[in-house]
Parts: sequence; C-alpha cells; structure tokens
Amino acid sequence: MSGFRTLLYKELLRFWKVSFQTIAAPILSALLYLLIFSHALESRVQVFPGVVYTSFLVPGLAMMSLLQNAFANSSSSLIQSKITGNIIFVLLTPLSPLEIFTAYVLAAAARGVLVGLGVLLATAGLAHVPLQHPLWALAFALLGGGILAALGIIAGIWADKFDQLAAFQNFIIIPLTFLAGVFYSVRSLPAFWQHASHLNPFFYMVDGFRYGFFGAADVAPHVSLAAVAGCFIALSTLSLRLLQTGYKLRN
Amino acid sequence: MPLAIEVNQVHKRFAAVRALDGVSLEISQGEFFGLLGPNGAGKTTLISVLAGLARADSGRLRVMGYDVVTQYQHARRLIGVVPQELVFDPFFTVRETLRIQSGYFGLRDNDVWIDEIIERLDLTDKAYANMRQLSGGMKRRVLVAQALVHKPPVIILDEPTAGVDVELRQGLWRFVRELNQAGHTVVLTTHYLEEAEALCNRIAMLKQGLIVALDTTRNLLCEVAGVRLRLRLAPDRLPESLAAYAVAHDGGSRILALDSYAQIENALAQLRAQRIEVQELEVLQADLEDVFVQMMRRQ
Repeated sequence: MSGFRTLLYKELLRFWKVSFQTIAAPILSALLYLLIFSHALESRVQVFPGVVYTSFLVPGLAMMSLLQNAFANSSSSLIQSKITGNIIFVLLTPLSPLEIFTAYVLAAAARGVLVGLGVLLATAGLAHVPLQHPLWALAFALLGGGILAALGIIAGIWADKFDQLAAFQNFIIIPLTFLAGVFYSVRSLPAFWQHASHLNPFFYMVDGFRYGFFGAADVAPHVSLAAVAGCFIALSTLSLRLLQTGYKLRN
Repeated sequence: MPLAIEVNQVHKRFAAVRALDGVSLEISQGEFFGLLGPNGAGKTTLISVLAGLARADSGRLRVMGYDVVTQYQHARRLIGVVPQELVFDPFFTVRETLRIQSGYFGLRDNDVWIDEIIERLDLTDKAYANMRQLSGGMKRRVLVAQALVHKPPVIILDEPTAGVDVELRQGLWRFVRELNQAGHTVVLTTHYLEEAEALCNRIAMLKQGLIVALDTTRNLLCEVAGVRLRLRLAPDRLPESLAAYAVAHDGGSRILALDSYAQIENALAQLRAQRIEVQELEVLQADLEDVFVQMMRRQ
C-alpha cells in the first residue's frame, strides 16, 4: 500500500467504524425533514411545473446532507487528531501535502456521497424523483463533496478547540446550506434576496445537482458548474497551501 | 558514510522564548547518544525539528545525509520517533495501528516484522485490542512499535520510560540495545540519568536552548566531574597546598575533589613530602548526576 492509499483507507475506515453515527444518523435527519416539510407544504407549493413539492425537496436534502457530512468528516478528523495529538502519526511520515490533501478530500467526499445516496434511496418510496441527467448530478455531487471536504480541512487546521469548529459549522456551513435553495426555489424570493443567493456558492451546488434530476434549474447548469469548479480550485489551493506551510500543524 | 544526524546552527523561537539558540551537533551512525537537560531546555524542540514536526527558524538539519526540509521524504523514511506524549488513535486496534503506520511509509507485506515487534514488546495478547482499552504502559509500547515499524536506521526516543514500570523499562532497553548493536543509531532523552549513563556512549547536555556539554560519557564522568579521593591519613592533617581541594572531613577520613586522575599522583607526592602516611585510599566514582548538576550550575 502506498502512503496515500493507506491514509485514504484509514480515513474511510475511521468513519465506517462508526457508520451508525456518520451515515445512518444524517440519513434519518434528512428523512425527518422530508416528512415534516412535505406534510406541511405538499399541497401549497409547486416550484417547477409538474414537479410536486416532495419530489422537489429530495435532491436538495440529499445535497445538503452530502455537503454537511463531507465537511464534518475532514474537519472532525483533523481537529480530533490535533487535540489528541495523534496527528503526529501522519506528520512523521514521508506523505506529501498533496497526498494528505487528496486522501482527506476523497474520504470526506466519499462519506458525503454515501450519505447523499442513502437519502435518495431512503426517500425513494416517498416521492418520485426522475434522474434526467445523471452525469450532471454526479459532477455536482463530487465537486460539492470536494469543496466541503477542502473547507473542512481549512476549518480543522484553523480551529484550536472543538467550539471554534462548532462555530464554523453553525455560523457558516449550516446557514449557507439552508439558504442555498434546498427548501425553495430562489426565484420565489424578492429580487434583493435572489441576488444575495447568487453570491452563495452552496446555491450553485444545490441548483446544479437538482438540474441533474429534473432537467430544470434556477441557473443554467454550466454557469453553476463553472461557479462550483472555481470554488473547488480556490479552496483546494488554500487548504494545500496551509498543509505545505505547516500552518498550526508543524510548529 | 554520512552522519546519522547533523545539526548545524539551528535556531527556533516560540514568541519570546529561544527554544534553540544556535545548536550544532553531529551524531555518527551506530552511536547510542543521550540528549539531556532540564525541562524546557530544548530537547523536544530539537527532536521536533529533526522529525519535521516543527520548522527551524534558521540552520540546517540532516538525517543520514538528507536535509529534513528539502529532502523530507528521504529523511523521514530513515528516522523513527517515539514521542513523549502518550498519544493514540482511538478508532483502531493495536495491529491496525501498526499496519496503518507501516502503510504510511509505503511498506507492503510488513506483517512478519510487525509480528516480531509485537512479540518483542510483549503486545501479543493485546494485538486485537482497541487502543482505548490499553493501560498507559501498553500504549507506550505501541508508540515504540510505531516508531520501529518502518525499520528506521535512526531511532529517537523522547523520554520513553517516563512513568512506566520496571519490567517494561528493562525489556525496552534490552530491545533498544539489540537494535543499537545491529547498527541502528539511537538518540535518547531521559530524566533518568542512571539510564543515560548506562546506555549512552556520548551525551549532549542542553540548557536554555544551548549545548553546554558534548562529550563521551566516559570523558564527562572523568573530566567534568573530576575525581574524588577518600583518604585516611596519619597524622590526620593536610599540607597547605592540598587544603583547597578538601571538601569533607568526617570520622578520620578526608575527601579531596581533584580536577582529573592526573592530579592523584601529584597529591600523593605532596603527602609523601610532608611525611604524611596514606593509610587508606579510595577513588570515588562520580556519576552522571554529579556531572549534570555541575554543568547546569556552571553555565
């Protein structure tokens, strides 16, 4: 096993060993969101023509769960390793910053995709959700997972305490995902909030992912893809730079 | 043959504290080297910059000829570090921990060596136990095993016996001695000076980021600590020329603290010249603790 593959395997094993908490629990949460919101709004809201609200909700919930869990994986792995001190087992090895980055991102994205897939499967009996453009859906799932995984690396390196990480999650990640059009179409918002939503990178991830299912979206999918890819490159560059300089890790 | 470790004018500051203040040091392959000093002297910082856990502000460090910054991948393959802190990953068993650590170094099929170190460190019964279930001593053994899993030619042990029982201590030293005899370079930091005296062939003493002593253990014991003579004299008096060396007078015995073995003959000659008979003579062996205390006071 090369060093990179071992770190990837270790990171996958780490969340798989506690999969009840890391996979099953977020799927259950998404299912509860779906049951409650669809019960309350099914008869009142129709976002896309011919698409019932419960169906509309499913891809957004799957993406929201994917994003939150990708972030949780890389950030919690890093902060736990830093606080318990076992991060040195990785830092003492010949692994390059790129190998460390790639292993953490792939493992975190894998957890996110597994949770997202689990949400889609768990809700399959509750709503009909077509999959009109699977490659678009896959591209946004992978890039979205990658972005949040990279953001998790940045947060995990930056945070010195669990409450700093919790603040990052509660004040940045959760508001941005909730305001990304998971539960509504941004077209239903007043003009100001529509424009504000377009500054939220999470909006493009959710909207592009939803396009993969319904073939309809608030923004053209290639625009969303460009925004998401740009975001991935920027955050990957920043987290790689932190790993290269050893910021808060090698001092 | 490259040096096992080469440290050249290394500086490292933490805010206002100079953790390393121009440290230079060379350790040859096959040495059993002791790095001693009080808490906060810079021992762990020196180990950290060598192992890549921290970055020096200036200066160069090499492991087996490889620069620890520009050639870090080569350098880290050749060094194994047992950290001072009792750290572990709570998600894995002992065997998983060792297989993962081995994999980080790109080693396939390393189970034969992993089995051997598990056995040598008395971890066989715990091989499939989760790390959380182990006692402190057992966790310490796993840390040693992790440092050895890639068979590094240079092994650094940062206070490996702090708070561990006698049995583990003895077993660990037997194992490390064997590794040293097989050609591994061993660098040890410890506060147990009798361990360092018994094991290390060369010693550096650090104080406030500076090396204040660097020599073979034998030379440090002989030259730095000097020689103490216990004498029973008849008549019981000292010539004036030796009075300055007297440090104790107890029950008819006098103790002289001389600078070196070479002064013994001179002291005896002066006693003979004064017709003072030496009825009993004992050379008292200084230990490393005497040297350590002396060096820390001197600077």
